[in-house]
Amino acid sequence: MHLIACPWCGPRDEVEYAYGGEGHIARPARPEALSDGAYADYLFMRRNPKGVHAERWVHAAGCRRWFNVLRDTVSHRILAVYKMGEPRPEAGP
Amino acid sequence: MVEPYLRQSPLDHLSLDARAVGDPGGAGVVAGERRFIAKVSLRGDPADPAFAAGAKTALGFAPPVAPNTVDGKRDRYALWLGPDEWLVVGAPDTQDKTVAALRAALAGCHAAVTDVSEGRTIIRLTGAHARDVIAKGCPIDLHPRAFGPGRCAQSRYARALVILHQLDEAPTFDLHVDRSFADYLWRVIEDASLEYGFAVVAEPVMAALKRRRTPQGQD
Amino acid sequence: MTDQRFRNAAGGRIDRSRPLTFQFNGRRYDGFGGDTLASALLANGVRLVGRSFKYHRPRGIVAAGSEESNALVQLGTGARTEPNVRATQAEMHDELSAASVNCWPSVEVDVGAINSALAAFLPAGFYYKTFMWPPRAWRFYEWFIRRAAGLGRAPTEPDPDRYEKTYAHCDVAVVGAGPAGLAAALAAGRVGARVILADESSEFGGSLLGEAATIAAAPALDWVAGAMAELAALPEVRLLPRTTVFGYYDHNHLGLIERVTDHLGPRTDTTLPRQRLWKVLARQVVLATGAIERPLVFDDNDRPGVMLASAARTYANRWAVRAGDRAIVVTNNDSAYPAALDLSEAGVNVQAVIDARETPPDAWREPLRVRGIDLAAGRTVAAALGRKRVEGAEVYELAADGSRLIGAARCYDCDLIAVSGGWSPTLHLFSQSGGRPRFDAGIAAFVPGESRQAERSVGAARGTFSLAGCLAEGFAGGAAAALACGFGDGVAPPVPATGDTPAGPLRPLWRVPTAGHGGKAFVDAQNDVTADDVELAAREGYRSVEHLKRYTTTGMGTDQGKTSNVNALAILADLTNATIAEVGTTTFRPPYTPVTYGALAGRSVGDRFDPVRMTGLHQWHEAAGALFEDVGQWKRPWYYPRRGETLHQAVARECGAVRASLGIVDASTLGKIDIQGPDALKLLNLVYTNAWDNLEVGRCRYGLMLKEDGMVFDDGVTARLGPNHYHMTTTTGGAARVMGWLEEWVQCEWLDMRVHFTSTTTHWTVVAIAGPNARRLLAELCPDIDLESAAFPFMAWRDGTVAGIPARVFRVSFSGEQSYEINVPSSCGVALWQVLMTAGAKYDITPYGTETMHVLRAEKGFVIVGQETDGTTTPQDLGMDWIVSKKKTDFIGKRGLTRADCGRADRKQLVGLLPENSKDTLQEGAQIVAEIRPKPPMPMEGHVTSSYWSAALGRPFALALLMGGRARHGQTVAVSSYGTTSWAKVVPPIFWDKEGERLRG
Repeated sequence: MHLIACPWCGPRDEVEYAYGGEGHIARPARPEALSDGAYADYLFMRRNPKGVHAERWVHAAGCRRWFNVLRDTVSHRILAVYKMGEPRPEAGP
Repeated sequence: MVEPYLRQSPLDHLSLDARAVGDPGGAGVVAGERRFIAKVSLRGDPADPAFAAGAKTALGFAPPVAPNTVDGKRDRYALWLGPDEWLVVGAPDTQDKTVAALRAALAGCHAAVTDVSEGRTIIRLTGAHARDVIAKGCPIDLHPRAFGPGRCAQSRYARALVILHQLDEAPTFDLHVDRSFADYLWRVIEDASLEYGFAVVAEPVMAALKRRRTPQGQD
Repeated sequence: MTDQRFRNAAGGRIDRSRPLTFQFNGRRYDGFGGDTLASALLANGVRLVGRSFKYHRPRGIVAAGSEESNALVQLGTGARTEPNVRATQAEMHDELSAASVNCWPSVEVDVGAINSALAAFLPAGFYYKTFMWPPRAWRFYEWFIRRAAGLGRAPTEPDPDRYEKTYAHCDVAVVGAGPAGLAAALAAGRVGARVILADESSEFGGSLLGEAATIAAAPALDWVAGAMAELAALPEVRLLPRTTVFGYYDHNHLGLIERVTDHLGPRTDTTLPRQRLWKVLARQVVLATGAIERPLVFDDNDRPGVMLASAARTYANRWAVRAGDRAIVVTNNDSAYPAALDLSEAGVNVQAVIDARETPPDAWREPLRVRGIDLAAGRTVAAALGRKRVEGAEVYELAADGSRLIGAARCYDCDLIAVSGGWSPTLHLFSQSGGRPRFDAGIAAFVPGESRQAERSVGAARGTFSLAGCLAEGFAGGAAAALACGFGDGVAPPVPATGDTPAGPLRPLWRVPTAGHGGKAFVDAQNDVTADDVELAAREGYRSVEHLKRYTTTGMGTDQGKTSNVNALAILADLTNATIAEVGTTTFRPPYTPVTYGALAGRSVGDRFDPVRMTGLHQWHEAAGALFEDVGQWKRPWYYPRRGETLHQAVARECGAVRASLGIVDASTLGKIDIQGPDALKLLNLVYTNAWDNLEVGRCRYGLMLKEDGMVFDDGVTARLGPNHYHMTTTTGGAARVMGWLEEWVQCEWLDMRVHFTSTTTHWTVVAIAGPNARRLLAELCPDIDLESAAFPFMAWRDGTVAGIPARVFRVSFSGEQSYEINVPSSCGVALWQVLMTAGAKYDITPYGTETMHVLRAEKGFVIVGQETDGTTTPQDLGMDWIVSKKKTDFIGKRGLTRADCGRADRKQLVGLLPENSKDTLQEGAQIVAEIRPKPPMPMEGHVTSSYWSAALGRPFALALLMGGRARHGQTVAVSSYGTTSWAKVVPPIFWDKEGERLRG
């Protein structure tokens, strides 16, 4: 049961959101230039940290906006919420 | 427009008119369907001066930029649905006029105007236990300190997506729901109202109830 | 039937004007309103209430609250029966019926008690050690173990009761309405905070209900009544009696279970729910959960009649029940003294207080002397005597280091041994919140450590046991929590005077040395874990407390270590020469006490379990006798049987009508997305495999979407409505998925792309008419569109009116016939459909469902995403290379398709199959095998994806994915399904109108 603060709508119940996996994974500018291995890394390989994780969520049942979240996967504390296109902030305490 | 008798609202099959009462009496939850309300989706960047000016010209008011608020007039108002998205709600069968006015005023802007009237209906809820019955399916805090007239929110009710819009302090709420979920939502709400008492009212009674309570607010 | 011999004539908080009768194990007894099952049983002298989990030892009531570990009963009968109910929490109502669990044929004569005689063979870890060999025997053992396991049984009939669920929000949630909780709620409520105060009992007051305490020179319950009146008058305070906070979850979410009408008994009026589950989001939480008294671990400490001292006191004060006639009170701390005095006051013959401490505080000597109660210091009880009930106790002098007994036993003749081993704060919710408890040697118990969430513990829950301390901490905690939410100034209200007697230090007492006649000393009575089991675990190397828990099962199950936790840890610490702090405590898990499945499900049962999405034409289909197919949450007409028709006959008739004349189908569920913006074309070129640049306004085109790995994701027809305006259609099941997919790309990746998406799926009702007479019918009803093929060719759309209704007509075909998809505002769908039916009668217009739709499209070789594809299928696998642009530099999935694996010649490719036996319709999902063997496994080469009987072909046919299939046209393959083999010829996947003349004509 998470309470997640949508950058626009404010704190809302987890049931309104959908999880989008690890954040800040940019689509390669020229996919055709990548080796199969490098392309597989882009497609499939994800971090699974114990601790702070940058991930993206969408306010699926709300304003339908995607945004970024820094979340501690151990304590489930949410350290930061920021809009798409904004740089990842320093992880808080 | 098509002759009204040829049209069916998403809840017509429940024969709500046949169940409607003139006086809801002691019912804690009073509900009815608002049929054929005009609903137009408006998309655009409020920071774009041309868009802002065009929207204001066409609507007669500026669409609200504060998240989850409603602004406008009695017969036409806009619900904030996203930083570049509004739902313009108006009297039945005014959608073509609204679409035309917005498209004309926004020609040349990057904007989208789409008639979505037929895809959704509105269930109006009022009564002493309206908040309690919404709380049974929806995680939004509707306490007067947290919500109030002129506020809206998109959320869920049980397993349906809804847009909540509070109209007055009675409180009266409009629940916008996709027409394909309307039957489900109505039945879930009526079921949840069992302990409070439930009455169905027709639209004129709904409007009269509302006028009696509050002179202002969107209708 | 009985005389309630152990009930006092006066006193207590029962309603003597409301006599009730109830049944326990088939016998009738009397009780009063306000009783629990436990208090009423004790009032009637019933001591033996159940048999233990593993050894089937006779057990009695040990506690007065939710910490009860023995008296678990099966409550009610039939569909309403409920296992695992603590008799101490079952409120009495008329005609209540309950039975002991875990005994057969009866609690008095229990066959399973043989386990007790076999105890030497049932040590900790017994299951793990014994049933490991021989390996194949496990199934045999399992049957017996499952029969023997569990406490009580679940009902097998549907639950007749109503359960509700609700969300709630508050500033301050206070858990527990004892003195500290009431004080906290008052402090927070007075300054205007939104407060929820929940307590598991029927009455607020907590420990004060069971004690004869004073506040402000008056009975403490007067203060409670005043506090309740004040709280009830505060508009922002919600009081929830009979409500257990069973879980503390992330981000200050609490799970509460309110027993709304359980205390009224089974009812036919279900206006009010039986129970209500609350999901509370609290900005601040105050845990005033109190403390649980610890039992003492001595030989045969589980005999009925061994009871917590505080419980015996509570039965006397709250329910006017004497838990025995002749008692001794055994303690290591001060709290048992007022218990002894209250028991004596209630008429129990308290013979002695046995205090392990050498020098108990002097303050207690005079009150005991006045009541004629002996005080035996430096002594403790080492064994209980009796089997089905306590008949006496052996008391010894205890060595200074507690390691041995000294001298001879003194035997007391008693039927009640009231024990107190000190108090453990109730840390379950604190632990669930993520907090780590800290050991406090002063009270020999764990107390809350640092908070991990917005919570604070007050009163006994944090180890403060004096009434004055509880009130002070409650007031302060409530004020501070309110301030943290922006209410008040954080200053605690003044604390009223209390009549506390200052308490001396306790003497930690864990495993009492054995009296030596082979008795069992239980640590965890519910899970039947003894001190010997803990010792065995330690000897075998289970030194981590988490391992100890899993190996011995102590602290598990519905009890969650309420009375046992600290005793088990302390004994382990002793055995491993560690301190209790070093051993640490296990993590408590929700729920604190069991929660019914009914409450967890709430009203999401029956036809409210999942939404049924209906198109605007649903009622018409129903009236026409359609059978429905679930497509996601949608109900779609499957076929429309006429009287006596089978599926096969109906589908053959519907298919024939479309091919010969005219069919009509509800296509409203297709996903529709309105796309506007100057970059709309750029977007289409990125999300579809084919090129969109030359699509003119007024025309439409079929497109295929891939995932980045090159696998087919969705398909549909998209129309160009204007220069920067498109109408996209998706599969029915993919509508939300595709909308989300487009939004994700534009919001997360292509932030500069100027394009907007609006879902219009349900704005339109879509009625498709298909067949050689489609144009003729439409021409009658549509005066303003030139329908001639030259003016309105295949894959074009036009705006106009149909039957007087504004319509957008798409000339597309999923059937292979001349076909028009008429889109009208949804509210006009029924009107349109009815006009088409009436006007189409002369063409024998035939409504058809999804089954016919699938047959018709399969005859044409049109794929269905999710049926011919499974997430590992490329466009080339489907033979759709023609739709993959070679010129575009990029689209989603392009790079994925260039992997060498996608070019393998032996990939599974779409083929048609014609069964050799023309009566043999293949099973969908059947495997195509390279070699027939008597039974699986057989080498698999592919599978049947779609299979039908074709009226047009007069024979069955199928689509399949077959390894290297395109090079195998003409071969015969074996199709194996459920032990039968069919033979089929591989053919190109198109069976009807290969040149497409019919749909263009």
